[in-house]
Amino acid sequence: MIALVLAHAAAGLGILAAGRRAQRGALAIAALPAAATLVWLAAEASGVLGGDAVAQAVAWVPALDVNVDLRLDGFAALFVLLISGIGVLIFAYSARYLPPSGEGVGRLIGLLALFAGSMLGLVLADNLILLFGFWELTSLTSFLLIGNEHTSSRARAAALQALLVTSTGGLAMLAGFVLIGQAAGTYRMSAVLADPPGGTAVTVGLVLVLVGAFTKSAQYPFHSWLPGAMAAPTPVSAYLHSATMVKAGVYLVGRFAPAFAGVAVWRPLVVSVGLVTMVAGGLRALRQHDLKLLLAFGTVSQLGFMIVLLGIGTAPALVAGCALVLAHGLFKAALFMVVGIVDHQAGTRDLRRLHPVGRRWRPVAVVTVVSAASMAGVPLTFGFIAKEEDFVALAEGPFPWSGLVLALVVAGSTLTAAYSLRFAWGALGLGGDRDRTSEPSQIPPPAPAFLAPAALLAGLTLVLGIAPALVDRWAGGAARALDPGVEPVHLALWHGLNLPLALSAVALAGGAALFAAHDRLAPVLAAGGRLPSGAAGYRAILRGVNVGADRLTAVVQNGSLPTYAGVILTTAALLTTGALVAGGGWPGWPSLVGSAGHVAVCAALLVTAVAAAAVHRRFSAALLVGATGYAMAGLFVVQGGADLALTQVAIETLSTVLFVLVLRRLPDRFESRAPNGRRAVRAAVAVAVGVTVFALALTASGSRDAEPISGEMVERAVPDGDGRNVVNVILVDFRGFDTLGEITVLSAAGIGIVALARAGRRPGARGDGADRSLRVRHLVVVDVAVRLVFPAVMVGSVYLLFAGHNQPGGGFVGGIVAGAAVALRYVAGGIDDVRSLSRAHPWTVLGAGLLVAVTTAIVPLVFGGAVLESAALEADLPLLGHLKVTSALVFDIGVYLVVLGLVLMVFESFGDDPRVPAS
Amino acid sequence: MTVLLAATAATLFGLGTYLVLQRKLSRIIIGIALLGHGANILMVTSGHRGNAPIIGNGPDGDVADPLPQALALTAIVISFGVSALLLALAYRSWLLTSDDEVQDDLEDRDVARRGAPDVDLEDMGTDAEADVDDVAADAAEVGP
Repeated sequence: MIALVLAHAAAGLGILAAGRRAQRGALAIAALPAAATLVWLAAEASGVLGGDAVAQAVAWVPALDVNVDLRLDGFAALFVLLISGIGVLIFAYSARYLPPSGEGVGRLIGLLALFAGSMLGLVLADNLILLFGFWELTSLTSFLLIGNEHTSSRARAAALQALLVTSTGGLAMLAGFVLIGQAAGTYRMSAVLADPPGGTAVTVGLVLVLVGAFTKSAQYPFHSWLPGAMAAPTPVSAYLHSATMVKAGVYLVGRFAPAFAGVAVWRPLVVSVGLVTMVAGGLRALRQHDLKLLLAFGTVSQLGFMIVLLGIGTAPALVAGCALVLAHGLFKAALFMVVGIVDHQAGTRDLRRLHPVGRRWRPVAVVTVVSAASMAGVPLTFGFIAKEEDFVALAEGPFPWSGLVLALVVAGSTLTAAYSLRFAWGALGLGGDRDRTSEPSQIPPPAPAFLAPAALLAGLTLVLGIAPALVDRWAGGAARALDPGVEPVHLALWHGLNLPLALSAVALAGGAALFAAHDRLAPVLAAGGRLPSGAAGYRAILRGVNVGADRLTAVVQNGSLPTYAGVILTTAALLTTGALVAGGGWPGWPSLVGSAGHVAVCAALLVTAVAAAAVHRRFSAALLVGATGYAMAGLFVVQGGADLALTQVAIETLSTVLFVLVLRRLPDRFESRAPNGRRAVRAAVAVAVGVTVFALALTASGSRDAEPISGEMVERAVPDGDGRNVVNVILVDFRGFDTLGEITVLSAAGIGIVALARAGRRPGARGDGADRSLRVRHLVVVDVAVRLVFPAVMVGSVYLLFAGHNQPGGGFVGGIVAGAAVALRYVAGGIDDVRSLSRAHPWTVLGAGLLVAVTTAIVPLVFGGAVLESAALEADLPLLGHLKVTSALVFDIGVYLVVLGLVLMVFESFGDDPRVPAS
Repeated sequence: MTVLLAATAATLFGLGTYLVLQRKLSRIIIGIALLGHGANILMVTSGHRGNAPIIGNGPDGDVADPLPQALALTAIVISFGVSALLLALAYRSWLLTSDDEVQDDLEDRDVARRGAPDVDLEDMGTDAEADVDDVAADAAEVGP
């Protein structure tokens, strides 16, 4: 079974992939999987209809109970017969309908094959989620097929409407499936239906599933997409929108009905929606002039009838429903094919413009009359047999309100007879305006091969109408697969003079009368058209969604950065506080103060921070932020982090230099204070965030109950990492990957800085003092002092690099100290002095550092180790004594170079005057 | 973690937030720096205090928690990179506008004022709607 579905998919995708090369000839390829499915069905039919099911299962996501479970039982067999049988006939029909080549022909054929495969998967699926997947695939292929003529805006709008309505229903159906599956404990449909769960969740789930079924089968109020879908080419309408896809909802209702019909909400909902649809659809059909639209509304009406029958769930109703499904497939596909023939030959589908057909069109006329008669329920057609069974089931069915349901169904059948007559009359050209179209038609009749598929279907309808016992086993087997209590079925032409026969006669007579009185009824029908229609509702919903979205966007997205930031921070604060209040336990207040050092440091921190926030001059703010950083370094000392304090001091120094480099250009004072209201709002958000952080800090630190993992790191630093400075060992060895990411981030930041600062500048030669305006007056004292100090600082930075593994230090601190040395050179001699340090560009230094670090990471792979695995080299050198070097040192060198390169790039970006062109 | 430290971190966060909500990019940068300091306090004080984590300086049990320190070190260096990038933004803003105020996004303002253009929904194209008029016209022709 999986092979068959995949064959359809392969054929479809292959044809689509062939693009322009696939033309009408691809029909043969597309029809192959469908024909193969028919053959396979014929082989399996006898066993399956007798009650044994064929199953195939492949595990897919066992943890979620989503598996590829396929199961062919009697009910599925009926649908497979329709899908593949009518599919083959449609392909044969398309061979004459489609032009030999043209834009979109290949695409149509490929999509039809894909659709056939998805529909096949849908009826064979035994897993609820898999069924949903195939359901959505059919919606998707239907969307693409309706919109095949994508240059027509009408087709596009119709395709979009179909997709939106059926997909929304599909989403509701998925929710329903999940609810039911969770309640049942499994997603295997056969298991769920054999032992149906109960409860409120299941009832809600059932309603949702029904919504999905109603959208797919075009029930009121979701029916409006089906008439619109008639914009598709006729083969598509004949296949999807009459015989197969719209029956997916009917299929679902049929599957679920025997198990769940007893649930309180099921029967009233299903029966009322189906009846409304049947009657309303019939009434709309009577008003149409376009033959295809007439059939579309007729389909809507018939689908309502099927939903009623299969939804009631009693055994006779199930049998009747299966018979009607088969009959409807036979006659509706034939009728659509006839419309296509008329449209193809005459160029119009409007029955007011068709001329009466002459002798040469007689075969078409016969097919039309037979199929329309089957739709109306005239004796000797299979439609009559099915209708008899329907009346029998409704008459004897033991369910509440059965009399009323029967009466409404008879009314619906009357309407059906009326519009069937109207269709036949219109298709034969008898409906044209008297004066314009009285002469017989001159249009060439279709070729026999064009008419053959429809003729075959009409012939089947006749044969089965005369000898319905031929399909006893199909209808019975299908119904028995749904409800094992179904008795053996005997379909026959004559059951004796009884109520159903009388009802059929009433329906036919009434229909004929309605048709004859059409002119007098026209105003009544027109009045009905003024009621709000489903299409208007759809448009109103879409417009409302658009308008609502516009309004919301206008409020929320007003373009102001402080608003966005404020919303984000407020939400974060509120959510966190809410979660803490609701869920977390309060671990109690910790001690007030840890040590005297803390008091001093925190006081310094707070004073400088408040001052930095409050001052009005940019320079002062920059310096105060630097002071805050130094206070942080003090805090790190008190807390016991030597490496950390070193790094903080060095970084803060460089940071202040950076601030001054950039802020020296900007205006001195912060101008334009915001209005008081806005400041109050900002203060409120700030207070909220502060309170949240306070609560979070106390709760988090007090809730700790596991041992910190750093104890293990302290123990393993010397044996495994060969270093006594645990922090450095963690950075370059244990957590080396994080550090690799960190220097990558630094490189990215460096590139960004250079790009932002130097974009749009004329390319400068590495200068020889072109920025005269920024020429530093060389103070001899400063110059000499820097030239003395610079080498010492550089040596100090290298010392920090090498010593970092065992003493406070490391690549980061070393790189920053080297950056400080560069800053000294800048102070002494400006950017030229910095540039004269080496011939290499700053970004070369940065890139070299990154390269070294990455190499250190990859080289261990060559030796069979893991990424970033460290190794130690020991040697006894003559003068230096015992020397031990780890590969982490090489990594640290890479880090050093990256940091130094970043500082150089910063000076390169901000260090010169952009107003002076570099020559 | 003591109450004092938590309060300090909270104050830094609050001040930083206040500054981040301003319009001048320089103040936003200072605000982000303060936010970074607050976060570092939270991180470092989440580990226990002690001696500097160098093996051999004292008994191993007295050593401060080294892992948060390593994380904080990474954080400090990256905040330096971020500050540098933001300063580059301020620099560019100065190049273009001689000031570093963060302007409103004009595109967003336009959308808010104007509303997004309507999707073409009008052309639904079902002749069924047109049929209403035709049937009424027929009725008018034929008469009561």
